[in-house]
Amino acid sequence: MVLSGNDKSNVKGVFGKIGPHCEDYGAETLERMFTVHPQTKTYFPHFDLHRGSAQIKAHGKKVAGALLEAVNHIDDIAGALSKLSDLHAQKLRVDPVNFKLLGQCFLVVVAVHHPSLLTPEVHASLDKFLCTVSTVLTDKYR
Amino acid sequence: MVHWTAEEKQLIASVWSKVNVEECGAEALARLLIVYPWTQRFFASFGNLSSPTAIIGNPKVRAHGRKVLTSFGEAVKNLDNIKATYAKLSELHCEKLHVDPENFRLLGDILIIVLASHFARDFTPACQFAWQKLVSVVAHALARKYH
Repeated sequence: MVLSGNDKSNVKGVFGKIGPHCEDYGAETLERMFTVHPQTKTYFPHFDLHRGSAQIKAHGKKVAGALLEAVNHIDDIAGALSKLSDLHAQKLRVDPVNFKLLGQCFLVVVAVHHPSLLTPEVHASLDKFLCTVSTVLTDKYR
Repeated sequence: MVHWTAEEKQLIASVWSKVNVEECGAEALARLLIVYPWTQRFFASFGNLSSPTAIIGNPKVRAHGRKVLTSFGEAVKNLDNIKATYAKLSELHCEKLHVDPENFRLLGDILIIVLASHFARDFTPACQFAWQKLVSVVAHALARKYH
């Protein structure tokens, strides 16, 4: 799967608009993921997972930051997220299926807050981008 | 049998009562064909699917989207008996239509996004949970008679 020129500009467009809210959206993405797919909580036994928890906020900020980093280096996402990819392969070892769940929840958050931004074409591009990020993060798993 | 809490039933019914089945159905199917273009394989007879604009404007897509979402309404009306509700449709999708059940999951995911964009903040995490559960149960029921 390759991100076309259109995909890249669609993705940059979305993150350009949601930029200021990115950290909040990161936290909301996690909250939704923990609520909708409770099995994802198994990776966070050390967290306070109540709504609005400081840990969820902080982790949401990290996740959003990583996505932004990928957007800012959209021509070389593998390079930009290489260290994060190592971390997931060696330490975190989050089962690959969960990245899809996180991606879906992120799309829901964008749809909830910016419905007019998420046209079908943009939806497609963003979905492809999130898939690409997931692939990069799980690429070194074995 | 699937267990639904009273809250889940209420969240599902409340969202469904406000859904424009024709519009939502058309949008969901169009998005499926645009976001996951390989799903177009089932719709060779639908005519022009050559671009997102063509897909969104395609009257066969609109009509079929409406048909699909109308059928979804049967699940909403029969939450306690979804398996039986879709038994015949399951056989149809296997024996006549030859649709990989993965496509039901893809459509379910798309429907969630469409609902989120229409209901915005009213599509709370609890609401998303109930609807994610519903689309999973429907997908499972539709795959149940496959052989």
